[in-house]
Amino acid sequence: MSAPAIPAARTGQPVSRAKPVDRLGGLVEFWFRGHTALVYAFLYLPILVVVLFAFNDTERRVTTWSGFSLKWFEVALNDRVVHKAVENSFWIALPNAFLAALFGTMAALGLQRVRKSVRIGYDALTYVSVIVPEIVIALATLVFFSSTLDIVNPALAALQGNPSRPFKINFGRETVIAAHVLFNTSLVLLLVRARLSTMDRTLVEASYDLFATPWRTFRQITLPALLPAIVAGFLLAFTFSFDDYIITTFTSGPQSSTLPLFIFGQVKRGVTPETNAVATMMLAFTLSMLFLGQLVLRWQSRRRGQKSSLAGIVAEAG
Amino acid sequence: MTAAADVQTGAPEATYRGGGWRSRLLTALLVLPASIWYLFLLVLPLAIVLVFSFGSRGPRGGFTPTFSLDNYANVFRAVGVDPFINSLWMAAAGTVGCLLVGLPLAYYIATRAGSRKGLFILLLVIPFWVSFLIRTYAWFLILDPQLAVAAVRDLLGNPEFNLLGTPWAVLTGLVYGYLPLMVFPLYVTLERMDRTLLEASKDLGAGRWATFRQVTLPIALPGLVTGSILVFIPMMGEFVIPQILGYGRTFLVGNALYLDFLEFRNWPAGSAKAVLLIIVMLVTVTFYLWFINRGRRTRETSVL
Repeated sequence: MSAPAIPAARTGQPVSRAKPVDRLGGLVEFWFRGHTALVYAFLYLPILVVVLFAFNDTERRVTTWSGFSLKWFEVALNDRVVHKAVENSFWIALPNAFLAALFGTMAALGLQRVRKSVRIGYDALTYVSVIVPEIVIALATLVFFSSTLDIVNPALAALQGNPSRPFKINFGRETVIAAHVLFNTSLVLLLVRARLSTMDRTLVEASYDLFATPWRTFRQITLPALLPAIVAGFLLAFTFSFDDYIITTFTSGPQSSTLPLFIFGQVKRGVTPETNAVATMMLAFTLSMLFLGQLVLRWQSRRRGQKSSLAGIVAEAG
Repeated sequence: MTAAADVQTGAPEATYRGGGWRSRLLTALLVLPASIWYLFLLVLPLAIVLVFSFGSRGPRGGFTPTFSLDNYANVFRAVGVDPFINSLWMAAAGTVGCLLVGLPLAYYIATRAGSRKGLFILLLVIPFWVSFLIRTYAWFLILDPQLAVAAVRDLLGNPEFNLLGTPWAVLTGLVYGYLPLMVFPLYVTLERMDRTLLEASKDLGAGRWATFRQVTLPIALPGLVTGSILVFIPMMGEFVIPQILGYGRTFLVGNALYLDFLEFRNWPAGSAKAVLLIIVMLVTVTFYLWFINRGRRTRETSVL
């Protein structure tokens, strides 16, 4: 998908367009278009390579093409390790996205109602959670869980007396979800707050003047206005969690390996086209989620007569 | 970022009516879950890492509480500081790379794409939605000695030529992985640019280069600095790219942290490195804020 070169004349933009005599200007315009086309090729070609080699009928190296085949998809779909990874990925990404969307939206609404000093403190924490490198968050969470579980589990065991299989908290899906929710709550918070700050306040005022209760105002005015940002936040949270490697690898247990962990493991041990098949299916799933989200937003905005797109909402907060 | 801008400009936030205990309870309930998460999964873990960084390693991994600066001292010995220097170099090179690729692109989208701006931006976002790991894996395949690299090797006539496992492969991965984060803020500043300024510059006889240097670049500067920070910071802590495309040979802070925590289980040593990494981040962000404010002040004086 390379960028179509658009003649400036047709778009009618008041840009300093190249005049016929301006040789250098023509060259600069040509270079601009060429550069843009190359960058878009640079962005999409690698992804196409992954997809292409998923259909490779080879038994040996992934990158030695030996004909078209769907057999590696069959291998991937019958692989028990992949099944387990898919199951884990979904049962981590879904609860995480729900919790993050809920907590983030709640916090965004609550933060309008607090003193400025509290809000600034909150903003600082939100930015820390986004700015501190993922690997530091990951290792800090590992150390925290590990230290806490060393205290909590003996206490739990003492409370339960001596059952045959005492209830213990271990590294697993729960710890991964807890760690993912932190980052994603900040993400949703930023998106929803950006939306709140551009929201038309007069509607809320009007609703109160018409004697609507706060709850009714929220349901009929605020929530519909925020919904695009919440949906975008949910989708971003889901994909972040679904695609995450670093935090997951630090906070997961032996039984909670996800798809990214599977792929990383394959890269370390030696890849087969099965890796590509799994990656292709992940990719197709993530992109269809994006597409669905876009459709939902468009349907929403048509009903409400306002324009919104995923890219727009993300750009608004960025 | 908009939220930060709100705080700075003091944008009027909605104030709900009534301020009784019920209202305050509701506020507290709304903020509670996120607060719990911030406290227990951000503040407390980072505090524990800080405490651990002064401790020493227990006999079976883990942590023995002591107070020593040994972990920090070890980082600054000959080999310990290498990952930091490597990371700084790679992140700086990656930022420059993103800038070289991203600035013309952002300029093109902002000034030449016309009504298709949305489409161009969407096309930029889509790869960003594809798993970071898969995008890195893609370069692992492309740079495979048997694929594209083979052609270059024949061309050079050098049978030793290879890219995987070199800093060049890591650099390519970094630029590829973080490019959109550089383009978005650049695009936003260039998009808001007043085009008549370009016309004015031209009418006053300035050439293309002079116009770019004296009009476009100063206007794009805030976006340029923001973009640079947005890509520099995650690049400093990058782990997946050097591990996959650099075979772990381009040894960055991320690799060192991974080894300390998950392989050697030497948590105190790793914690000291993590604290130092956070300090580097804080210095960078402080520098960024200083730079942005400095820019604001100079513009005000220039208006006078």
